[in-house]
Amino acid sequence: MSSLIGRNLLAGAEPDPAGDAGYGDHPPRMGFFTDTSVCIGCKACEVACKEWNAVPEDGLELTGMSYDNTQGLSADTWRHVAFVEQTRPLPAAPDHSGVDVFALAAGEPDGSAAGARDSHSAAPQAQQGADLTVVPSPDGRTELRWLMSSDVCKHCTHAACLDVCPTGALFRTEFGTVVVQEDVCNGCGYCVPACPYGVIDQRPSDGRVFKCTLCYDRLGDGMEPACAKACPTDSIQFGPLEELRERAAGRVAQLQAAGESGARLYGEDPDDGVGGDGAFFLLLDEPEVYGLPPDPVVTTRDLPSMWRHAALAAGGLLGGLAAAFAVFGTDRKG
Amino acid sequence: MTVSGSGVGRDGVYGERPGREAPGGQGARTGRRRGRKGEQLMVPEAEFGSYYGRPVINAPTWAPLDIAGYFFLGGLAGAGSVLAAGAQETGRPVMARAMKVSSMAAISASAAALVHDLGRPERFANMLRVLRPTSPMSVGSWLLSVYGPAAGAAAVLDATGKLPRVGRAATAAAALLGPAVAAYTAVLAADTAVPAWHEAHRELPFVFTGSAAAAASGMALAVSPTAENGPAVAGAVLGTVLESAAVRRMEQRLGMVAEPYREGTGGRLMRAAKGLGVAGAAGAALFGHRSRAAAVVSGAALLAGSACTRFGVFHAGVASAKDPKYTVVPQRERLRAREQERQRAAAAAEPGA
Ligand code: SF4
Ligand code: SF4
Repeated sequence: MSSLIGRNLLAGAEPDPAGDAGYGDHPPRMGFFTDTSVCIGCKACEVACKEWNAVPEDGLELTGMSYDNTQGLSADTWRHVAFVEQTRPLPAAPDHSGVDVFALAAGEPDGSAAGARDSHSAAPQAQQGADLTVVPSPDGRTELRWLMSSDVCKHCTHAACLDVCPTGALFRTEFGTVVVQEDVCNGCGYCVPACPYGVIDQRPSDGRVFKCTLCYDRLGDGMEPACAKACPTDSIQFGPLEELRERAAGRVAQLQAAGESGARLYGEDPDDGVGGDGAFFLLLDEPEVYGLPPDPVVTTRDLPSMWRHAALAAGGLLGGLAAAFAVFGTDRKG
Repeated sequence: MTVSGSGVGRDGVYGERPGREAPGGQGARTGRRRGRKGEQLMVPEAEFGSYYGRPVINAPTWAPLDIAGYFFLGGLAGAGSVLAAGAQETGRPVMARAMKVSSMAAISASAAALVHDLGRPERFANMLRVLRPTSPMSVGSWLLSVYGPAAGAAAVLDATGKLPRVGRAATAAAALLGPAVAAYTAVLAADTAVPAWHEAHRELPFVFTGSAAAAASGMALAVSPTAENGPAVAGAVLGTVLESAAVRRMEQRLGMVAEPYREGTGGRLMRAAKGLGVAGAAGAALFGHRSRAAAVVSGAALLAGSACTRFGVFHAGVASAKDPKYTVVPQRERLRAREQERQRAAAAAEPGA
C-alpha cells in the first residue's frame, strides 16, 4: 500500500494496469476503439450485448430523443447508441445533386436527366433548376447533421468504481479490464457516483450493480466481445489497446485530411485524468454533445489531499474540544 | 466550444426527461441564477453542450435519510465521545455518562442506517472482506468496527460501574477515534465524481467536524445540568463558527458549483442549518449556564442545525450530479485554462515573441 502514490496507482499514466494489479504473466491489455464516424445507429451492439449477457429488459419508453429510446447506460444497458441531431451547415461535401440515382439504378449511363427527378423529389416544395441543390426540408429544416455513437464502459486505467469499492467486488482482469463479481457486491452503491462517466449503476430489483464486462467470458475463450462481433460497419473495433491506439491515430488523421475538422479522439490519451480509457472513441464533435464528460478525472487522484484535510479536521476537532475543557477546567459545581 | 441551437432550460431538467424540447447535442445556457446577493453576479455566463440535458454522471442511489442520517449520527457519536472523555477527566459525571450513552446510541443507529441502505443487506459483512485505503467506505467500515465496540463498552461499563479501568480505556479509545469517525464521512462524499462534493474536498471535512462538534455539544447541553455546561457551550460556539467559516470558504472556492448549496432543497437546508446553528450557539452562550430550559432549547436547535447541514450537503450533491451543467462547465473551464497555459508557454518559447 505504501507504493500507491509512488507508482502512479491513484492517477497518471500507468502502462500496465493488469501487471500492477498483480498478474505476473498476462495477455496484452484489450479494449475497444469505437469509431463513431462509421456508426450507422443500427443498435446491433445493444441487442447483441443484451442477448449474450442475458441483461434484462429495462423499460420501454418513447423519449422523443431522436431514435434513442434507450437513453443511456445503466445496470441493464451496457451498450448505448446515442443519436444526436444537429442543425448546422454540413462540411463541404461532394455535390451529388446532379446525379439521378434512379436512372443509374436503371442502368442509364448518364443519370443527370432533370426530368426524371421531379417525380421522385422528396421535398414538398420541390423546385426547378438551380434550387435543387437545397437539401430537402420536409418540416422546414435544412442542414441536418446526424451523429451516432455507441457508448460503453470505458474500462479506465484508473477506475474510480474499482478504487472506491469497499468489498473488492470490482476487480481488474488479466486483460486490464474492469469487472464486477456479482456474488461479492453487497449493493453499497459507492461505485455509482464515483464513475466519472456515469456508467455503472444499481439494478433496483436486485440491489447490486452491473456494467459491461468487456465480455470477460468470451475473452477467456479467445472470442471478441459480442458487440464488436455484431457491429456491421466495424465502428466497434476490439483488440490490443496498443494496436487500437495506432489505428485510431491513423483514422483521425485521415478524416481531418478529408476536411472533417471536428474529428478527434476521446479517451485515448494515457496522460488524461483517468490514465486513458481501455475503451476509447473517435468523435465528430465535443464529447459533451454525446453525453460524455469533456475532462474526466478519477476522483481518487485527490484522495491523498482529502485524507490530509480530514486528518487536519479531525485533529482540530479533538484539539478544539480538549481546549474547551482546559479553559473551563474541572467542574466547579461542588 | 461549438454549440448551437436550443437546449436545456436554465432551471435544469432533473427528474424529468427533456427530450422533446431539447434537440440533441445542442448548447444549453447557464444563466445568472436569480440570486439574493450580488456575489451571484460573479458566476459567468456559460454555454455548454449536453445530450438532451441528461446528466453526465450517475447521482448516488443512496436514500437521503439513510446516508445523510448516517453522516449526522456518525458526527454526533464521534464528537460526543470526545466530550464524554473530557467530561470524565474534568469531573462532570452526568455529562460524561449521558454522552457515552448518546454516542453508543448514535453509532448503533448510524450503522443500522448504513446496513439498511445496502442493496444486499445480508451481505454487509463483505464490507470487512478487504481493507482498501482507496475506498473511504472500506476505511470507514474498519474504523466503525473498532470505534463502535469501544463506544459501546464505554457506555455499558460506565452505566454498570463494572471494570472501571477497562471503561476508562474504552472511553479514551472512543475519544481518539471519534474525530476520525466524524471526519471520514466527508472524504466518503468527496471521493466521488459528484461535483458539489468532490470539488469541495478541502472544506468538507471541516464542515463535517464543525457540524459534529455543534451536534454533540447540543446533545451535551440538552442532557447535562447547567453547572456542567461550560465546555459544551464553548464546543457549540466553536463548532458553529468552524462550520460557518468552512461553508463560506467552500462556496467562495466552488464558483458556479456552489449553486446547489444556495438553491433548491440543498440551499434551503443549508440556510436552515445556519440559522439554527447560530441561534443555538448564541442561546447556549447567553443562557446556557443559567437556565436549564434555555440549554435544552439551544441544544435541540444545534442538533437540528447539524442534521440540516448533512441533509443540505447531501441534497446539494445530488442536485449537482443530476444537472450536466455542473459536470461539463467546470471541466470545459479546466480545458480552456490548460489550453491557454499551453499557448502562453508556446509563445514564450518562440524566439522574438
Ligand atoms: S467508466 Fe466508470 S464503470 Fe467503467 S471502469 Fe471507468 S469508472 Fe468504472
Ligand atoms: S463488451 Fe460485452 S458486455 Fe460489454 S458492451 Fe460489448 S457485448 Fe456488452
